[in-house]
Amino acid sequence: MRTPVVDRPDAPFALPNLQRRIISLTVYLGFSALGVGVINGLAQALNYAGIDIFRYYPGLRTYYEGLTVHGVFNVIILTFAFANGFVSLTTARGLNRPLNTGLLVAAFVSLLIGSLLAAGAILSGHASVLYTFYAPLQAHWTFYLGLAFIVVSTWITSLNIFLAVAAWRREHPGQRIPLLAFISACTYIFWDIASLGVAVEVVGFLLPWSLGILPATDPMLDRTLFWFTGHPIVYFWLLPVYISWYAMIPRQVGGSLFSDTAVRIVFLMFLVIIPIGLHHQFVDPGISPKLKFAIAFLTFIVFLPSLLTAFSVMYALEIGSRRNGGTGVIAWFFHLPWSDPSVAAQLLAMLGFMLGGITGLMNASYTINLEIHNTTFVPGHFHLTVGTAVALSYMGIAYWMVPYFEQKDLWNRKFALAQSWIYFIGVLIFARGLISGGLAGMPRRTAISLIDYPKPPGWFEAGIMTGVGGSMMFIGAAMFFFEIFMTTFFSRRTEIPDIPFTDTIEPPAAAGFAVNLDRFRYWIVAAIVLCVIIYGPVIGRHIPPNFISPGNANY
Amino acid sequence: MDRYERAFFWFSAAMLGLFLCVLAYVTVGMHIRLPGPSGRIIPAPGQNLGAAVLATAPFNHPGLRMIGPGEYEVVMIAQQWFFFPRRIHVPAGSRVTFRVTSADVTHGFFIPGTRVNMMIIPGYISVETYRFERAGDYRIICHEYCGLDHQTMSAEVVVK
Ligand code: HEM
Ligand SMILES: [Cu+2]
Ligand SMILES: [Cu+2]
Repeated sequence: MRTPVVDRPDAPFALPNLQRRIISLTVYLGFSALGVGVINGLAQALNYAGIDIFRYYPGLRTYYEGLTVHGVFNVIILTFAFANGFVSLTTARGLNRPLNTGLLVAAFVSLLIGSLLAAGAILSGHASVLYTFYAPLQAHWTFYLGLAFIVVSTWITSLNIFLAVAAWRREHPGQRIPLLAFISACTYIFWDIASLGVAVEVVGFLLPWSLGILPATDPMLDRTLFWFTGHPIVYFWLLPVYISWYAMIPRQVGGSLFSDTAVRIVFLMFLVIIPIGLHHQFVDPGISPKLKFAIAFLTFIVFLPSLLTAFSVMYALEIGSRRNGGTGVIAWFFHLPWSDPSVAAQLLAMLGFMLGGITGLMNASYTINLEIHNTTFVPGHFHLTVGTAVALSYMGIAYWMVPYFEQKDLWNRKFALAQSWIYFIGVLIFARGLISGGLAGMPRRTAISLIDYPKPPGWFEAGIMTGVGGSMMFIGAAMFFFEIFMTTFFSRRTEIPDIPFTDTIEPPAAAGFAVNLDRFRYWIVAAIVLCVIIYGPVIGRHIPPNFISPGNANY
Repeated sequence: MDRYERAFFWFSAAMLGLFLCVLAYVTVGMHIRLPGPSGRIIPAPGQNLGAAVLATAPFNHPGLRMIGPGEYEVVMIAQQWFFFPRRIHVPAGSRVTFRVTSADVTHGFFIPGTRVNMMIIPGYISVETYRFERAGDYRIICHEYCGLDHQTMSAEVVVK
């Protein structure tokens, strides 16, 4: 007996066409942002190779303006848009009920306004503050207002998801929430709590400060609030992809997920362990080393759910491979449906994530952080995680989702396959370059092609690899957009009534402890208590804020 | 959860526990510490940060001082887009304590090839000590984005 991860798996998917259209526009908004982002990515990669092509980019004044575009478009607009669209879709399918159209539109409009405001501020040269916008470098107020709108769009999406889950529960008293809907809701509950830090920073301090209402700001407090959100935000990028890896990929490879309970526990661990952002401040002054060690400890604990994911997803893949005749200890892995572009992209994304996870653990390792903090090791690491595990999975998901949105066949499967491989091989070379450069002391966020001191040993070779790999990534990304464009406009019509979802071999327990996993309120309380324990004293030390910094716009 | 899942869970937990023990040993046993609280700059009401820095000891006398045999202290100010002083000279084998603060925005302070790596945040003093065993030119790099000419913000430690 296998249990599907959705309600009424055999009934038609109850999503109205209008809602599907709004969701698709949300996702396309994200992909448009990615398109702009990678154009700047190419120039950054070549910069590390010592070639300055930024000066030929129309409208861009400096390297840092381009880098701000890259960061904001790729990891704020793209990721939030994708999450809003995709997780709305998975919630609707999980519960097999429509969402609220008004809220879907409101979330989309809020995201669109926010993106336009932020983009306008950046591209007019009034917000070259990078996506971390550390005060007292000060952007135009429209930049901060844009960010606020973008965050609000995720809150509207949460509301939509929670209302749908609540309505479903009223109609199905005493039943376990279908797994697909559970992990979708969990992702947004987690994010709502995690986003509070940056919300307070932007709305409470930076926006009034940029408007001249507050004459000065407290850079250390702003920074601490930023990283309260800035670490968990990476799980907000990742969890939608985990939804695909857990609940969709097993089906796409012909397998099944093993345990329902294990998946719920993994998502709840992410929900509960939010307050670890201080590990981005390991080398900051003014924070005690003991607290930093406690944070290193918690950070290691959040590595656990990802290790469990590696186990469960691998297991699901193996089940699929063996059902289709795969054998051997390792050989089954090559027997997976590698010719399916959606699967291949996501399998490659998973391989990238293994390397990304290892380098991430190195980063989190307290004293090792002294070697690599703010060197190119860091972008080397996160182009394997968000730049590959997440972005390449988005592309893989798009290979079934865009056909579903448009009711068209994927334009060219071979081309899509080549796309993923080129991007993946590119990122391996690129990350190898940045990581070795970082170990040789090459700083990140630096217009290396314009430095006025001789390059230390190791930087030159590292830069060349970065440039070569980054150019391949750019080609891979461009091919993705071409594939999507051709699918949307020039492909054959077809009927795709539903989205892929898997089933579990071990069903959700009907009684006993596991039932409590669905009682979100316990976990929310636990999460908040942990945040208060860790961050209460940290923030407390900054109250009242030490307003010492007027705005500085020398960029 | 199934037996294998449990086994994998405990195996993973044990591995992470082991890594943490190693980190604890490196910190306590080998004395490799992260920067901690080491002083602040508090402007008087109405005073701007730059003026407050210059009025706060030891930043009223930036530069290199010998504080004992083979022991030096450098008091440095970071501002857009240079460090002051820009170059210091010490003999090989010296233990140098860097005491750095910012007069404007957030900067970085990083010497490749060493474990000197800290953030320089307005209002805070960052301190790190390092023994320069080998002769050579060490470059101090600002490794946090601090505005237009961030890439040219560097200084030098010349060890002879
Ligand atoms: C064509 C593909 C890409 C190329 C060639 C590329 C290249 C680069 C390079 C060289 C840097 C380092 C710049 C510096 O520190 O000065 C960078 C930074 C970054 N990249 Fe990418 N990238 C690509 C795609 C992506 C994607 C898909 C994402 C995320 C979805 C991403 C997210 C980021 C972020 C967040 C930063 C840090 C920005 C900052 O430091 O403010 N990149 N990229
Ligand atoms: Cu600087
Ligand atoms: Cu700088």
